Amino acid sequence: MATRETAKLARIMRAPSIILLLIWMIVPLGMTLYFSFLNYNLLTPGQTSWAGFFNYSYFYTDPAFFQAIWNTLVLVLGVLLITVLGGIAIALLIDQPMFGQGIVRILVISPFFVMPPVAALIWKNMIMNPSYGVFADIARFVGANPVDWFAQYPLFSIIIIVAWQWLPFATLILLTALQSLDGEQKEAAEMDGAGFLSRFIHLTLPHMARAITVVILIQTIFLLGIYAEILVTTNGGPGYASTNLVFLIYRAARLNFDIGGAAAGGIIAVVLANFVAFFLMRAVGKNLD
Amino acid sequence: MARAVTSRVKLINTAAAWFVALLIFFPILYTIVTSLKTEAEAIAGFNLIPSFSFESYVAVQTQNDYLKPFMNSVILAVGSTILALIVAIPSAWAMAFSPTRRTKDILMWMLSTKMMPAVAVLVPIYLIFLRTGLMDTRIGLVIMLMLINLPIVIWMLYTYFREIPGEILEAARMDGASLWGEIWYVLTPMAVPGIASTMLLNVILAWNESFWTIQLTTTNAAPLTAFIASFSSPQGLFWAKLSAASTLAIAPILIMGWFSQKQLVRGLTFGAVK
Amino acid sequence: MGTIALRNVNKSFGATVIIPDINLDIEDGEFVVFVGPSGCGKSTLLRLIAGLEDTTSGHISIDGRDVTGEAPAKRKLAMVFQSYALYPHMTVAKNIAFPLKMAGEDKAVIDKKVRDAARILNLTDYLERRPGQLSGGQRQRVAIGRAIVRQPSAFLFDEPLSNLDAALRGTMRLEISELHQQLKTTMVYVTHDQIEAMTMADKIVVLNAGKIEQVGSPMDLYKAPKNLFVAQFIGSPKMNISEGAPAGKHGAKTIGFRPEHIRISLSEGDYKGRVGVAEHLGSDTFLHVHTEEIGTVNVRANGEVAVRHGDTVYLTLDADRLHRFDADGLAIR
Repeated sequence: MATRETAKLARIMRAPSIILLLIWMIVPLGMTLYFSFLNYNLLTPGQTSWAGFFNYSYFYTDPAFFQAIWNTLVLVLGVLLITVLGGIAIALLIDQPMFGQGIVRILVISPFFVMPPVAALIWKNMIMNPSYGVFADIARFVGANPVDWFAQYPLFSIIIIVAWQWLPFATLILLTALQSLDGEQKEAAEMDGAGFLSRFIHLTLPHMARAITVVILIQTIFLLGIYAEILVTTNGGPGYASTNLVFLIYRAARLNFDIGGAAAGGIIAVVLANFVAFFLMRAVGKNLD
Repeated sequence: MARAVTSRVKLINTAAAWFVALLIFFPILYTIVTSLKTEAEAIAGFNLIPSFSFESYVAVQTQNDYLKPFMNSVILAVGSTILALIVAIPSAWAMAFSPTRRTKDILMWMLSTKMMPAVAVLVPIYLIFLRTGLMDTRIGLVIMLMLINLPIVIWMLYTYFREIPGEILEAARMDGASLWGEIWYVLTPMAVPGIASTMLLNVILAWNESFWTIQLTTTNAAPLTAFIASFSSPQGLFWAKLSAASTLAIAPILIMGWFSQKQLVRGLTFGAVK
Repeated sequence: MGTIALRNVNKSFGATVIIPDINLDIEDGEFVVFVGPSGCGKSTLLRLIAGLEDTTSGHISIDGRDVTGEAPAKRKLAMVFQSYALYPHMTVAKNIAFPLKMAGEDKAVIDKKVRDAARILNLTDYLERRPGQLSGGQRQRVAIGRAIVRQPSAFLFDEPLSNLDAALRGTMRLEISELHQQLKTTMVYVTHDQIEAMTMADKIVVLNAGKIEQVGSPMDLYKAPKNLFVAQFIGSPKMNISEGAPAGKHGAKTIGFRPEHIRISLSEGDYKGRVGVAEHLGSDTFLHVHTEEIGTVNVRANGEVAVRHGDTVYLTLDADRLHRFDADGLAIR
């Protein structure tokens, strides 16, 4: 299909998506940048004025801001840790010969398809509720005091909920990669005298390095944007204990009507995302080609 | 395997795997079970055997008009998928069959647009939706969902199209097919499975999207995500009803997801893992 | 009916020249084989004739008509691809019918032609199956069937047997040759396997780096290769060559002698050697002999010769069938 006329047709066919995404990239982001330099509150629209870097320096002095950044990083790293380690372990387990592997897979991947508000509410009401939840029942059964999860460990509770949702994703990806490992390689290693642990470290893990990298990259993109789980359980509280950057900006924009501030926060979020992406790419990028 | 696995090892693996699997699935299982209880049963303590009462499912519709957000979810998921395909199919097509030196770069760039945090453009999008009357409309959300999933849709279609052997298209050309004949008789039938897989994945992603669907809706266009999220306040202690609503909300996607594992891997890793 | 002529055909991709300048004539009804090592441009040449690639310069005519720049469909040619390129979503019958459908033929006519083709190729029982349900050889035949129904001026084959196992390859080779006898249509066949070339061709075109080294019948190429390349390409095992003193003795820079043209004796001969590896096939014996004067020589002897690794043997070259080459690698006749 490589003649001159088809090349022109191809350009026309590509155009709509490229134009759409270009507009989608530039216009809103440009507006955010513009708003970030304004004193603009929706409750007092007539008093809009130029603010320069005020919104940014405000963040710099706002303790809630650093708390939010910290919480964001803790959330991402916490979930990554649980899902990657858990994913490898469960993938290894499922890869073993067993009965009913198909059903096991279906059960394990289910949480990923549960929409975040539902997932959060299930955990909040049925499992972590200090009066009626399953954890409370278990605590009472062993004679301990039930934990009020969202009051005592708000960020950790959210990590659990989000990790529960993403564990299947990591497991599925890693299992797919695991099953693509050539059986003959494993047998050759056995003939060479490698035990299970040895085979795992020298053969399996390097083979899965690329998949692990992809899992970490993709999950990080999504984990930086955790929102609904926080909204539905703690609303960012107590105080700012479970507020991440997304939630902070949401509060500024929708609850405080502070357009300028929220816009500045948005720009910072973009910078953070780029920073994380760059750092990640550098650290693990070699695995991708 | 180098030697046959003993039945004993197999049984141990089975027990361990089923244990882990049931543990992971438990919250969902318990929700389904609770949805079949009466409200009194639901707060009576841990119990895996419900009375199989459907009163909660009835209540969810009569008391909360469940059908409305459900239909909204359907419209948003299907609508954004169709819209995405209309834009993405020609694009992926052109990139797969008439690649240029810049094709890989363009694809990478499209991928990078997905990395932009949604919250960064919350302010302008929110204001635009308010000012243009798109707020709380289904069409507005369809456009948004299309935009955020477009990179994934294009990538997936691209990888599927690339798998169609070029020789088959050449054979069609030798057999006298015009360009449109090639597309209609050979290319499209071979591309249909890939397009279907992409549709499935996009429906799942759009149905579960929980940021814009909450920010940009109030009553009219609110899909299930917003609907369920509104039950987050403590007054919502009607657990059997909540469980019924939850079960209904996740059931379609759960079932779709069970059948789309391969597509999920391909779509969400941008084809990097197969 | 099926004459093809190439004049000054050049094919380049940007700065890379694949085919510098080719002139070739193919007569009606000929079975012509393009043969050569990987990357020599034989497939490219075939695709130029088919119209799947445009020539950078030069002309191609079919039956006296200049078809340079014409779309493949208009050239009335049919091609059988290496991977068969069957339409996986269509039945065998629909696959074979496709070209006729594209030509807008009547349904009744299409049915008849499909049935005829299926009969010729023993596919009648498989008409309702999909390609995925067929074996390699059957798929190959469907690809040929799809080509036959077009009643083309010429058939083009692009390494059609490469994907088959050895036994099947032998069978299909015979079938294609028989098909040629039956249909008497021009066939242009590309392969890297010189055995296929030797057994199937009326005329062989040996290509190397985009240039034609020699054109001729199989026996011409075997008996009178024009240069070192052709001499060593045709014939299995390869022709032995030797330079230096033994070559100078015959007035050439290099001499070549085929393994089957060497007399071997345990008692006397021109060159003494030690047997390295001896392969006993029963019908033939292949010996790998290390000599001082003419280097390591491959010898092929009829029947069973009872020598083993380490034995001393004497070789005599058949002077009548010795090939001599000058400093440029060209044959001295």
